[in-house]
Amino acid sequence: MRSVGTRIAPLLAAALVAISSVALAVSEDGYIEHSGIITRDVAAVQRGAKLFVNYCLSCHSAQYMRYNRLAEDLGLSEDMVVDNLMFASAKIGDTMNIAMRPADAETWFGNAPPDLSLIARSRGVDWLYSYMKGFYRDDSGNWNNLLLPNAAMPHVLWQLQGIQEPVFHTVGGEDVIEKLELVEPGQQSPEEYEDTVRDLVTFLDYLSEPSKLKRKRVGIWVMLFLAFFAFLTYLLKAEYWRDVH
Amino acid sequence: MAKPASGFSRKMNDLGNWIDQRLPVSAFWKAVMTGYYAPKNFNFWYYMGSLALLVLVMQIVTGIFLTMHYKPSADEAFASVEYIMRDVEWGWLIRYMHSTGASFFFIVVYLHMFRSFLYGSHRAPRELLWVFGMLIYVCLMAEAFFGYVLPWGQMSYWGAQVIINLFGAIPAIGEPLTEWIRGDYYISDATLTRFFAFHVVAIPLLLLGLVLLHLVALRESGSNNPDGIEIKANKDEEGKPVDGIPFHPYYTVKDIFGVAMFLLIFAFFIFFWPEAGGLFLEHDNFVPADPLVTPEHIKPVWYFTPYYAILKAVPDKLMGVILMALAVVILFFVPWLDRSPVKSVRYKGWGYRIMLMVFAFAFIRLGMLGMAEGTPAQTWEMRVWTFVYFGFFVLLYFLSPKMKTRPVPERLTH
Repeated sequence: MRSVGTRIAPLLAAALVAISSVALAVSEDGYIEHSGIITRDVAAVQRGAKLFVNYCLSCHSAQYMRYNRLAEDLGLSEDMVVDNLMFASAKIGDTMNIAMRPADAETWFGNAPPDLSLIARSRGVDWLYSYMKGFYRDDSGNWNNLLLPNAAMPHVLWQLQGIQEPVFHTVGGEDVIEKLELVEPGQQSPEEYEDTVRDLVTFLDYLSEPSKLKRKRVGIWVMLFLAFFAFLTYLLKAEYWRDVH
Repeated sequence: MAKPASGFSRKMNDLGNWIDQRLPVSAFWKAVMTGYYAPKNFNFWYYMGSLALLVLVMQIVTGIFLTMHYKPSADEAFASVEYIMRDVEWGWLIRYMHSTGASFFFIVVYLHMFRSFLYGSHRAPRELLWVFGMLIYVCLMAEAFFGYVLPWGQMSYWGAQVIINLFGAIPAIGEPLTEWIRGDYYISDATLTRFFAFHVVAIPLLLLGLVLLHLVALRESGSNNPDGIEIKANKDEEGKPVDGIPFHPYYTVKDIFGVAMFLLIFAFFIFFWPEAGGLFLEHDNFVPADPLVTPEHIKPVWYFTPYYAILKAVPDKLMGVILMALAVVILFFVPWLDRSPVKSVRYKGWGYRIMLMVFAFAFIRLGMLGMAEGTPAQTWEMRVWTFVYFGFFVLLYFLSPKMKTRPVPERLTH
């Protein structure tokens, strides 16, 4: 009787969870694969950083990311970063900018390549993972992508992955790409390439929120403290309320 | 008890007396804390008031620190938020406390309001208390809206676009009105700077004033309770309510426990799930505002989506705006719409319980539909739940005096 209110509380909690699942379920694209990426492995971030600098940083900037922050977070010395991850002209306190001007880029590619500082937060890691696995050679012989049809970006990692071509099936009278097929193997096996992409996307995830690693580390201690604090305050409350009947 | 006072405590006592002769600190503390008697049977729902106050203070404090680093300019705003997230010491923590705090403010306030529907807390003599609460809620919505524009991401920009354009539906003055609000022909730097002023100065001042009035009104009428009866009707020889206990220390220690539990949940979101899957921080808002690129799917943050669904349910824009405004305005009148002889759901019959459940479900469902893509089927569902939302208040007015109730006890039950 008296717990009508208390009984509704779990219902409301369940409703909140339901709302969040609706928000999560909104994905227009059926080609997105679950990547299972959880950024906590510093070694993976380091490998991804190397890939990012070698393959992405000539066209894409990361204008909010500083090199020395990279050194600090990845446990590298500043010399290691200078020698391995930076172009000669950059300084250790600089952000990861590129020399290409947006206007030139637009002439060359049709679109200026977007800055990648926050791409993992706007697109999500699963999208990026699927995007990097979704390049194929279309009928006209050009690079195309499952997730971003007619994307201006060429397949930068094609030497690693090899060349994929689409396999079609018919849905409601229309030819739809069912899957991609490797027609020319690259330097890496499909499994190795998946790991490469996973490392790269792990780095992009780190790049979008450099404090992420620290945040989770600190969070565990904060939660433990608060649980203990809640326990103490419960005892305090119980002690004071002993004489309330 | 009479211990010889040490030199130090005597000096402290003297200092206390010195202050009390000049400022009524002790008298005030007694009036609002130790001498204020609250019903002894508060349950889960009664934590929300103190938690709302906690979140308010937290938003102000984190807001002050954010203001130190944030740049209210269309060119710099987005980058300055990233500067806070990356280069300011513990800036990410301050920002996440503020962004998560905004959503938790609404969670706490919605639960706080629902408590009133459960136990009739807005009924006489607490109507003004409810009205002040509603004004706080409206200010909070304005505060949240202005605040959401400040990071200057795509959702900030286009969300503001949608909301400001609602005023354009008003006949004759609509267009000039939107221009006056924006301070420009489109949403621009001028809009951002004025929203910043409202967010950090104007609305917080208003909020603090209203919270003060809300608390003064609460201390005057006294808290309601889950039984919905007046504890002041039963007093002992000393004039103290027999079913009441001093707010301090009983409810202060209880509320501290509530604070600890709240912080535990709050910390989980801050440290492990600050985006809440796109509910608290939307994915599109990590893309800088671009007036030339319209996002595929513009939607407000979750706490506005029930009203957004009501807006979208109506084909005519002006009617939609009116209905949406009405959905908020009607809440002001709940104390007079509920005419039941009893206050608490415990002594109202199953009729009211079912009505309230359906109403709560309608609100949540509208919230879910408001953030969905908007297929024709969803639009029809929005119409159904909009009808249910308003139907609740109509039924409440006409059925509440007639519905069967159970006898109300003389004293608090538990």
